[in-house]
Amino acid sequence: MGEVLVKIQPPDHPVHMPEPAAFSAEVESEIDRHLAKYPVKRSAILPLMFIVQRERGYLDPPGVQYLANRLQLRVTDIWEVATFYSMIQTKPVGKYHIQVCKTLSCKLLGADKITKYCSDKLGIKVGETTGDGRFSLSEVECLGSCGTAPMFQLNFDYHENLTTEKVDRALDSLP
Amino acid sequence: MFIGAIGCEPLQLRRVNLEHSRSLDVYRRNGGYEAIKKVLDSMSPDDVINEVKKSALRGRGGAGFPTGMKWSFVPKDSPKEKYVVCNADESEPGTFKDRYLMERDPHMLIEGMLIAAYALGAKRNYIYTRGEYKYLIDIMDVALDEARAAGLLGEKILGSNFACEIYTHTGAGAYICGEETALLSSLEGFRGHPRMKPPFPAISGLYASPTVVNNVETLTAVPDIIKMGGEAYQKLGTEKSGGTKLWSVSGHVNRPGVYELPMGYDDMEKFIMEDCGGIANGKQLKAVIPGGSSVYIMRADQIIGKDVRMDYEGLVTGGSMVGSGGFIVMDETVDVFESTKNLTEFYKHESCGWCTPCREGTDWLVKIFKRIEGGGGRPEDAQLLLDLCDNIEGKSFCPLGDAAAWPIQSAVKRFPEDFEKHLSGNGRPQN
Repeated sequence: MGEVLVKIQPPDHPVHMPEPAAFSAEVESEIDRHLAKYPVKRSAILPLMFIVQRERGYLDPPGVQYLANRLQLRVTDIWEVATFYSMIQTKPVGKYHIQVCKTLSCKLLGADKITKYCSDKLGIKVGETTGDGRFSLSEVECLGSCGTAPMFQLNFDYHENLTTEKVDRALDSLP
Repeated sequence: MFIGAIGCEPLQLRRVNLEHSRSLDVYRRNGGYEAIKKVLDSMSPDDVINEVKKSALRGRGGAGFPTGMKWSFVPKDSPKEKYVVCNADESEPGTFKDRYLMERDPHMLIEGMLIAAYALGAKRNYIYTRGEYKYLIDIMDVALDEARAAGLLGEKILGSNFACEIYTHTGAGAYICGEETALLSSLEGFRGHPRMKPPFPAISGLYASPTVVNNVETLTAVPDIIKMGGEAYQKLGTEKSGGTKLWSVSGHVNRPGVYELPMGYDDMEKFIMEDCGGIANGKQLKAVIPGGSSVYIMRADQIIGKDVRMDYEGLVTGGSMVGSGGFIVMDETVDVFESTKNLTEFYKHESCGWCTPCREGTDWLVKIFKRIEGGGGRPEDAQLLLDLCDNIEGKSFCPLGDAAAWPIQSAVKRFPEDFEKHLSGNGRPQN
């Protein structure tokens, strides 16, 4: 008893912990409103991730550090949740994220055509972002718009009953 | 897109086509919040549960479990807080009814939740909405603020001693969170992994407290049940499937939409060929998936001339299931091998990774589908797919595994010609 079998060495290089992100008073009070909904802080993790994502473009390491501090969780707890959910972006995405629904009802009515049209128009493949960081193109699973197929979600906005003309109108009118 | 009732007076869709239908004012002028008033004035929690039992209302999320019975499992003597959680994670391919209920009649959901909360003694309640439906969360937040300002939420609701709060909550793109225990894991701030049952949520749900999780369509049926009485509601449908049901219709039909039909509507052929305007572009019907993507696919000859009754029992007799009521209609040009591959990719993407049969099984299914599609099909592949499905169905931790297996099992058995075409080298040529 008492014999040390394995001695854990501290790392011989400095562990890089990013400074946590900082937000405006307005955003902080928005976060407080979410926290007030739940008896347990951790429950607010997804709503807060969306806020960090909105403010910083994606859930970056300083954003993760911020959430860990704010929710009194470990950084690994935040990553563990972040990597489960497809809407939480842990890498930068374009300013406009085109998410074409590829599931059956949309596929039956021409989702592939819409994806190809977007791909050709923007000069990127599915999963890529334009060089200027303006557009990302993804294929996603059913978005509950089957009766108005085909469709894509442009950031959070639904664009339904799509034709190539409607895709042009939607993308060309963006600021 | 069509939204309305066929074969009955619209009940849950009564207000959806009115101007400003989502406002408190329009809701109240059209019978809204009368049910909660009746409950608070004259009914005990047990009275409410009894009416819901009498109504033969069955859970509209997909499983079809009797709602009144689910409510009665919540222990009355538990000192713990109780929760009502609305499952608005609508993600079953082919299903979009809840979206329109919330978009156009959010107060009906609030009233349904208030009544459920009263019956179960729940103070804090949540609406778990899929993250992609952010605009619906915004609509619900506005409606909740309206209700709060009108004394319909908070302390002393409508002057009674009943206190209740309802909050919105967002998911973030995980189909599995529509499974009620995975939803609760997610609502607690964890990965959306399902939990072992028992204990069922009624005993140990959100924060290990007694919890009822009900679908949007289920909860929005409750105000009418209270107003007309459980018995009258049941009589709109059949003995075991009371009331009306919303069906989402998509694919190759002339009139896609959300249709409210009495339970037990006769019959499926008339519904598709007449009510939904028939098959688009003058084509012939080939196949229908009637209950969201997770149920058995039906051949046209299982529908045409077969008088398939549209309720829980009728669709089982007809060879499928009600599920979430999402009709995906396919015309003669569809290759069922391809449509099944599309759905299998969905289940692979959405498998949460918790248990081996589903995580590995759905991955292998997609690999086999891709090999066949690439021209590498072998005659024994149809049996290989079935064997793999046998090792997923009933052997996964939660029903997602069954949901992945059923579409393939039924497609291979009911459309062997579409599979054989690919397995004998006559399919798509190798790239």
